[in-house]
Amino acid sequence: MDPALITPFIASIQNVFSTMMQLPVTIKEPTLKKTPETTYDVSGIIGMSGDVVGSVVLSFPKQTAVRLVTLFTGTEMAPDSPDFPDAVGELSNMVSGNAKGMFSGKRKVQISCPSVVIGMGHTVSRPRDIPCVAIPCSCDCGDFVVEICVQERPPAAASPAPTAASAAG
Amino acid sequence: MPGAVSNAALIGNKNMKVLLIDDSRTMRNIQKSVLSQLGLTQIEEACDGQDALSKVGAFQPELILVDWNMPNMDGLSFVKAYRQLNKQTPMIMVTTESEKSRVIEAIKAGVNNYVIKPFTPDLLAQRIGETLSKKAA
Repeated sequence: MDPALITPFIASIQNVFSTMMQLPVTIKEPTLKKTPETTYDVSGIIGMSGDVVGSVVLSFPKQTAVRLVTLFTGTEMAPDSPDFPDAVGELSNMVSGNAKGMFSGKRKVQISCPSVVIGMGHTVSRPRDIPCVAIPCSCDCGDFVVEICVQERPPAAASPAPTAASAAG
Repeated sequence: MPGAVSNAALIGNKNMKVLLIDDSRTMRNIQKSVLSQLGLTQIEEACDGQDALSKVGAFQPELILVDWNMPNMDGLSFVKAYRQLNKQTPMIMVTTESEKSRVIEAIKAGVNNYVIKPFTPDLLAQRIGETLSKKAA
């Protein structure tokens, strides 16, 4: 996988969390993820299409997500509140959108509207030929992981780009 | 939010009607909080471009904040459609789309200012203030 497609996400996580929540984030050693199960039980999922295709998942333990949403929205809300997935989705949208803007060159990339899945042990279907890199992150609200499964689209590919990541829970 | 308070002085008409268009209620709430710091409380909300087009006739907004990526009708399509109806009302695009080509595309379509997410409340307040000042000049 091209590191130039991964490093923007590291900068983006730090930028979004510090700007919107005044929250510093420590980035740990990225690893290759081999299983389709998401690391934790709350997932914000964004699909990428165009010159870069694939999906990005922000995966949070429920308690971390609750603390982050409280900081982000200024309101305490439970995971079953209708606004909870909206907030997780917007956070995921900002991280992916901000990273997309940092991709070098003249890549034209579109991002999907976010999908959010809440529940233990859910999986996210990903293209088998694209490796998935997990970036473990840590902040005062707890640990979380950004799972990046993207690749540059081969220039010869002329068929329509895939849309949003599919999620099953 | 001291910046928002100083920018509040730039807003002459506190009864100004503002339309917020974003598919995320969280984002609309964040924007509402900034507007309220500026003393603006006449706010209508829409969750996408289609919803917004159905509301502009009755609400007659005097300032519009519009997201880009939304279901049903995206922000750019809304801006193009709305500019056919109204060439005057100032519009600010508030979006994660940060590529220069996107900013140019939005300005060509008719937005008056551009804010990239993530933003601080101060920055949004400042852009609202400068957009309204330019319009009033």
